[in-house]
Amino acid sequence: MAELSYREAIAAGIAQEMARDPMVYFIGEDIGAAGGVFKATVGLFERFGPDRVRDTPISEQAIIGAAMGAAMTGLRPIAEIMFSDFLATCWDMIANQIAKTRYMTDGQVALPLVIRTANGGGTRFGAQHSQSLENWAMAVPGLKVVAPSNPADAKGLLAAAVRDPDPVLFFEQKSLYGVKGNVPDGEHVDTLGSAKVLRDGKDCTIVALAAMVPKAMQAAEQLASDGIQATVVDVRSLVPLDTRTILGEVVKTGRLFTVEENPRLCGWGAEIASLAADECFDDLDGPIVRITTPHVPLPAADVLEDAAMPSVERIVATVRKSMR
Amino acid sequence: MRIKAPATGEVERATRLRLYQLMVELRDFEQRAYELFLENLVRGTSHLALGQEAIGAGYGVAMRADDYTFCTYRGHNHTLARGASMGAALAELMGRGNGMLHGKGGSMHLTDVKHGAMGSYAIVGAHLPIAAGAAWSAQVRKSGQVAVCFFGDGTTNIGAFHEALNLAVVWKLPVVFVCENNLYMEYTPIEAVTAVKHPAADRASAYGLESILVDGNDADVMYDIARQTIGKARAGGGPSLVEALTYRHGGHSRADPAQYRPEAEVREWLARDPIKVYRRRLLEAGIGEAEIGDIEARAQQKVDAATEEARGGAPARVDEIERQIWSDGSATWRN
Ligand SMILES: Cc1ncc(C[n+]2csc(CCOP(=O)(O)OP(=O)(O)O)c2C)c(N)n1
Ligand SMILES: [Mg+2]
Repeated sequence: MAELSYREAIAAGIAQEMARDPMVYFIGEDIGAAGGVFKATVGLFERFGPDRVRDTPISEQAIIGAAMGAAMTGLRPIAEIMFSDFLATCWDMIANQIAKTRYMTDGQVALPLVIRTANGGGTRFGAQHSQSLENWAMAVPGLKVVAPSNPADAKGLLAAAVRDPDPVLFFEQKSLYGVKGNVPDGEHVDTLGSAKVLRDGKDCTIVALAAMVPKAMQAAEQLASDGIQATVVDVRSLVPLDTRTILGEVVKTGRLFTVEENPRLCGWGAEIASLAADECFDDLDGPIVRITTPHVPLPAADVLEDAAMPSVERIVATVRKSMR
Repeated sequence: MRIKAPATGEVERATRLRLYQLMVELRDFEQRAYELFLENLVRGTSHLALGQEAIGAGYGVAMRADDYTFCTYRGHNHTLARGASMGAALAELMGRGNGMLHGKGGSMHLTDVKHGAMGSYAIVGAHLPIAAGAAWSAQVRKSGQVAVCFFGDGTTNIGAFHEALNLAVVWKLPVVFVCENNLYMEYTPIEAVTAVKHPAADRASAYGLESILVDGNDADVMYDIARQTIGKARAGGGPSLVEALTYRHGGHSRADPAQYRPEAEVREWLARDPIKVYRRRLLEAGIGEAEIGDIEARAQQKVDAATEEARGGAPARVDEIERQIWSDGSATWRN
């Protein structure tokens, strides 16, 4: 085990896959000699050279379109979109082209590509550089959607995404880039579509994703001192969705809370709530409660952003109130 | 018109016959598609390329078997020009299970990867960056393949056009962008909404490319420019942008009677019908009426056989709905 930051784990995951497979190419803005604006790709340009680690113009449609054309003709590209907010400028490529072409051609093309992007708030960047957009991607048939919460998962799930034969949107949470954690030595490959139970408790199940996972864990510790024992599940992958693990934990405790960074409407937690209501109704002992950002763009000021996003305190207070 | 007449040597006789044959086949196919629509057998929309056959034929004949074609919703001709099955194409238009995409794509998305027809794209401009990506892949794989990307005049005003051209030039990609300027978007004349007279050719210099404007209704001219631009791309010389002037004989899509076009303009362009023009040229070159008639009869037979094949297909199968989202053939999103 080595201790790596989340950003170092990303670079290590890309390097592992580029060294393994010469068909893996990596493109994006400022990713080469500059090492990425979040320094999540440091060292790749020096190691793999300017052909395989290639800087692009500020042309998000060209970046994603090029990745698609390359993936359908034999490469396994990784494309970076600097901030997930910029996905809006190339959403046609993602939602209309990449997601649908295999289906529309009844399987004539495969699109083994990964789109990495820095997602989420907590950095005081304001409403156009802070969104949590996993649910946009989750709503489009044909895209796999992954969002790791720690360095080991960042490396292992990224490697799995590169090896996956289908398109994967890989959301890296900006506020986690500096977080350190142990990452297994040597080759590390995880499994897409597998949630992880991080903490076992008998009273309620808290389901969280990405940056909300450490918050849910802290909240569970505080709740334990109040006598509420919470299970915490890290969803990790929204598509495919590990409903077996998630709903299995809901059934055990009889209570479900979701913690979502996204604005309220149509967040991923709504889908999980709907599945639980459909399939675990008889096992539920109380209402399903979603803890989200209010339905607003994220404001910039630190006090406003902190108050808008789900906090440890809000999670604790919400669970406590609902469990009374 | 700044038609840059390519320095053609005599196009070989066999090539000329092949160009004529392909144009006639594409014409007969589109006409049959229209007749089947009138019979209410083609249910969805369709965008015919009647009148624009010389462009697809010129490039189709010049391309290598493993080159890539990317085209638009007006793409029956480009897909067929690569050798895709006419019967499977008509069946797809008719929503049949024996359709090229088993009913899941329809007229606007004809694709036949086996023949290098990498897809028909229905969001204006989207396939230009995708074609650049296929060219990038060919470049790094050193395969010698070239990507050819066809689109309309209206497409030159969307961002993806400019993003793709810039990237293709900066990366020196083996891609040829072919703008089929048929003077109209859906209903609006291109000149009414475009800053320059020639929507593609006048933009070429912005990307350091040669300005190429050609007669898109002349199959010899199209074949020649195809050979030049594909040859340049294959030799590592980078991308080209070609503007081919042409005209669609019918409306934008099947619902459009095209009454917004001045009568004199329609008459002038019908007189320049690429098939009529080329037939005359073949006769002048000493190719006999019998040989030409034979090509025409065989094209009719081919389209008739394709029609029978398509009509004979069962409706698309409902169990296709939840297939082929993912590479394992499934549409599963949960366990
Ligand atoms: C992004 C986008 N905007 C609008 C449309 C609707 N639309 C379909 S075809 C078309 C006209 C395109 O004109 P042109 O590029 O000249 O191609 P042509 O149809 O003449 O071959 C329009 C506006 C679309 N499909 N995609
Ligand atoms: Mg047009």
